[in-house]
This record gives sequence, structure tokens and C-alpha cells, in this order.
Amino acid sequence: MTSLSKNIQDLRERKALVEMGGGEAAIEKQVAMGKLTARERIITLLDKNSFHEYDLFVDHDGRDFGMENKVLHGDGVITGTGTIFGAPVCIYAQDFTVAGGSLGLKHARKITKIMDHALKMKCPIIGINDSGGARIQEGVGALAGYGEIFYRNTICSGVIPQISLILGPCAGGAVYSPALTDFVFVVENISKMFITGPNVIKTVLGEDISMEDLGGARVHAEITGNAHFYAQSELECFDQIKKLVSFIPWNNMERAKSIEAKEPSAKLNIEQVVPSDPKKPYDVRDVIKCIVDDSDFLEVQELWAANIVIGFGRMGGETVGFVANQPMVLAGVLDCDSSDKAARFIRFCDAFNIPIITLEDMPGYLPGVDQEHAGVIRHGAKVLYAYSEATVPKVTVILRKAYGGGYIAMNSRHLGADFMFAWPSAEIAVMGPEGAANIIFRKEIMEAEDQDAMRQEKVREYIEKFANPYVAASKGYIDSVIEPKETRSLLLHALKLSALKSEARPHKKHGIPPF
Amino acid sequence: MDKNEYVDFVVTARKYKTLLTKKYLAREVWKKPFPGDVFSVLPGTIIRLDVKEGQEVKEGELLLIHEAMKMQNRIVAPVTGVITEVCINEGDKISKNHLMVKIEPK
Repeated sequence: MTSLSKNIQDLRERKALVEMGGGEAAIEKQVAMGKLTARERIITLLDKNSFHEYDLFVDHDGRDFGMENKVLHGDGVITGTGTIFGAPVCIYAQDFTVAGGSLGLKHARKITKIMDHALKMKCPIIGINDSGGARIQEGVGALAGYGEIFYRNTICSGVIPQISLILGPCAGGAVYSPALTDFVFVVENISKMFITGPNVIKTVLGEDISMEDLGGARVHAEITGNAHFYAQSELECFDQIKKLVSFIPWNNMERAKSIEAKEPSAKLNIEQVVPSDPKKPYDVRDVIKCIVDDSDFLEVQELWAANIVIGFGRMGGETVGFVANQPMVLAGVLDCDSSDKAARFIRFCDAFNIPIITLEDMPGYLPGVDQEHAGVIRHGAKVLYAYSEATVPKVTVILRKAYGGGYIAMNSRHLGADFMFAWPSAEIAVMGPEGAANIIFRKEIMEAEDQDAMRQEKVREYIEKFANPYVAASKGYIDSVIEPKETRSLLLHALKLSALKSEARPHKKHGIPPF
Repeated sequence: MDKNEYVDFVVTARKYKTLLTKKYLAREVWKKPFPGDVFSVLPGTIIRLDVKEGQEVKEGELLLIHEAMKMQNRIVAPVTGVITEVCINEGDKISKNHLMVKIEPK
């Protein structure tokens, strides 16, 4: 045997040992929890044979509490590069089989190294979180590690797409890395995310709650809005990620890869999807399916603040972001959560050169003490800020109602929309006819013998005069009133025309959005 | 989402048919707080009680000490008035939003 082959044999043995992570017993436990191992996750998510591992032989530098005698393979995290549908990505996966995936300084430094690499190479970074938290034995070293990750999450923000998967516990300070990233994926029964766990909450506050009810996948997908995608299994989650990656560019200097254009495939008639009575609900996603290529729409944050719909589709083969009021949930009102949801998505699209199409059908902001006290003013302002700030092509189609502050907020001409289309069913007014008539004709209604009849008459009068797109069109706030079936072709035209759009902004370090 | 669950929902005088969200249904309905009611803002223990029913107190006067989150919190009278009810005793462990003392403002 030559010495080279001996060396190679030695390398193989070393690799095989470290690649076993925490060993067979720990792997069995991981499997018993219904989870894939960190290595399986990376290999399943990435293109076949594309994963190249970095820092396999890095070990921890704990020097206290007996840690100096412990071997922690890879220090509990696997990092490297690979491709998804040919797109380069940097990736890391915390290995729960090694010391519970706990984060020490070297573990963190492996992560920050791959993040720095992603930033330099201008490709997306994907983080798989499965960790018991800070490695207590390392003390402030672990905290330093978290801080260095958060700092890079912030520096990478808006430069490269950042994707987080929560595939196990992610508790305490650890939650803030995912929270700083663009898209967070959770899986039923596997994801657990919270600042303080059920035990502390019970001791301090006396509130008895399970991990699942406190910070399970469903909670973050539906109540907190921390998660963007919710899946029933890890494999479904990986499919969602692959699909998302296919829709977004590698970095903020690029455009998303275009694919062959396809006509919408949904068996829906756009003229029949939207009821003419503005009080009747429908699913605005059906309108989107009538417009996008192949009727293929990837919804983001589907379960949270469902009164607004956001997501990606393609028009003529190019990625676009959709923001659409959803009349079938809370009548499609803007409120704290839906404003927050829309604003963040608009900023993502703007940062990554994705044109925004806004479909508007909304009665205004949600009235109520809870909303006012929850800060609907400052949350609502985020939508105005995000649309005004965005310089990507911005196109609006008003389907039906566009009332009051909501009309202004939903990418109106006044906030810099490039194209404003309205269907003939559009109603652009300060408020709904009933409310407006009650105010304008208060005296007439009060003095009438039959107040209800008078009110009805005045409402009709108001509807005739203002509940249409023509007043706004007469002032040039709407460019054209279009037939519903023309929507797709006019949107394609608008996007084609704005392909080279450039819009200057005054120089500034950064704006100060109301968050 | 079940379309059979459409309900009437009023936004500025107009009724819309729509679904409601769990979060919307679970929202707390606002009630005007009574200025003389003293509630606990955290769960904890009453380690000292300085007042009794019928006693007159001045705004800012110490009522009790409530230990919570490792802090001994001084709970003072929010208004000047007469104590109409003391709902706790020294040593009691109480939860959050527990009514501790009622004061009839003068």
C-alpha cells in the first residue's frame, strides 16, 4: 500500500466518524422524534450529489465543566454549499444528535463563515434550525456566537435571500436569527419556537400551556405571523423551499430566472369570479389564478392575516409578487396584521427586483378599539411606506371597492403606481355609499318623514354619482377602465413596458419606516 | 375555509358577507376601566398589606407590596378616596389581573 492510499484511507475513516454526528443512539432518538438527521435534510433538500461540506473537522473550544474532554463532531452543525434546481446556495443545518445541537462559539463561527461566503458569492443562505439553545457551559461565548449571526442576518438582508427552516426546537435568543430572515418554514409537530418555554411561563406566570400551543408550527403560521410557510412533513417543507427558490433571484443585483411563458390553466371565468354586488365575498386567489402563467401561484403566509393575500406567480415567464385584498376574510379590510404582512412582502419584492401587482377590493381599515390600541396607525403606515419606497414596476388593478385610506394605501397613483387599471365594477370613494350618505345627507334624512326611505334614496344617489371608476378616471388617477378579461394581456403589456424602469430617489443612508 | 360560515360584518355602515379569523374572534372587547380598581399586572405574592376597608387613602400612598419577577413592587393608590374592599391578605399568591383593592374616589 502506498503512503498516499494510506492517507486517503485515513481521511475516509475520519470523515465517516464525524459524519455519524452524535452516534447511532442519538440518531435513533432523532428518528424516533419523527425527524430526519441534519445530513439527511441537507442531502434531501439540495440537488443530488451537489452538497459540498465545509469545516467538517471543526471542534468546539469549551474549556470548563468537563467540556475539554468531550468530542463534539462538527461542533453540532453541518455547513456547506450546493444547488437547488441548479441555483447555488449556502446552507447550514444544526445537528441535534450532537449535544442537542447546542450553540457554542465554534458552532456559531461555522455558521457565520458560511454566511460570509454566501454574501461574498451573492447566493441565498438557507439555515436549518434544530437546537436546544445556547451551550450553557460556554457562557458568554455562546451569546457572542448568536450576536455574530444576527449581525450577519442584518447585513445580508436585502442583498441575498435568507431562508430559515425550524425543524426542531428553536428557543430563547436563537429565534432571532430566523426572525431576521426573509422566509421562515415550519413543520407540524416538529417546529417549536418561543422566547421562554412552557416551564418558565408556568413558574413565573402560572399559565399552563403545552409547547405545541405556545409555539408550535400552527401557532406561528396562523397567530404570530413568524412563519411564512407551513407544512405537514419535512419532505413537503423541502418541496415548498425548492419552489420558492425557483421564484426568487440569487441576489439583489439579479432578476429571478425566467421560464417559458404559459397561459393560465384554471377553469375559471374571470368575469364570473367576482360578484357584482360589492358586499358579496369571493376568493381573490381565483382572480390571481385567472391571471398568472399556468395558474401557478405560491402563496406566502397563507394562514396568517388571511384578509390579505401575498405570494409569487409568473407573468410571461417572469416572476411577479402579488398583493391582493381578500374579501372572503374580514371583508378584506386592512388591519395591523395584514398591513404588516403586505408591507414586508412589498419590501422583499422591491429589494429583489420583483415587480408588484396589486389587486384591490377593500372597504377600508378595520374599525375597533382593539385595532386602534394595537397601533393600526403605525402598522397601517407601513403599507404606505413600502409602496411609496418601492421602485420596482408597480401595477394596480381595482376590482371593486377602493375606499378611503385603503384606496390610497393599496398602491394608488398618488404613491407612485406606474399603471392604474380599474374594472367597470370599481368604486373609488372616500367611504362606502351608506356611510357617506349618512354624513352628507344627515339633515335631509333627519327631517324626512320616512327616514329609511330617504336614506335609501340618498345612498342610491351617492352610488350613482361616486360608486364607479369614472370620477377617478376623469382626474387621471386611473389610466384606463378595462374589461376583466383584458386584465392579463394589459398586465403583460404593463410589465413589458416597465422592464427597463428606473426611478431615482434622493440619497440617504436609509429611510425610517414605522416599524 | 368553510364558505358556509359567512357572517355579516360591518365596516363603515355597510354590511359585508365574509369569514372571520380566529384571532378576530378571540380579541378582547374593551371595557372602560374603573379608576379606583387596583389590579395585579403580574402573578406574585402579597408580602405586605398596609390598608384596610374603610380607610381613607391619598393618591400615591402605599397600599401593599406585591413581589413578582423577583421584584418587590410598591403598589400605590391610583386615586384619593376611601377603600371599599380589600380582596387579598398578606401571604396570598395571586395571578395576573387579580383585583387587589377597590377604592371609591373622592
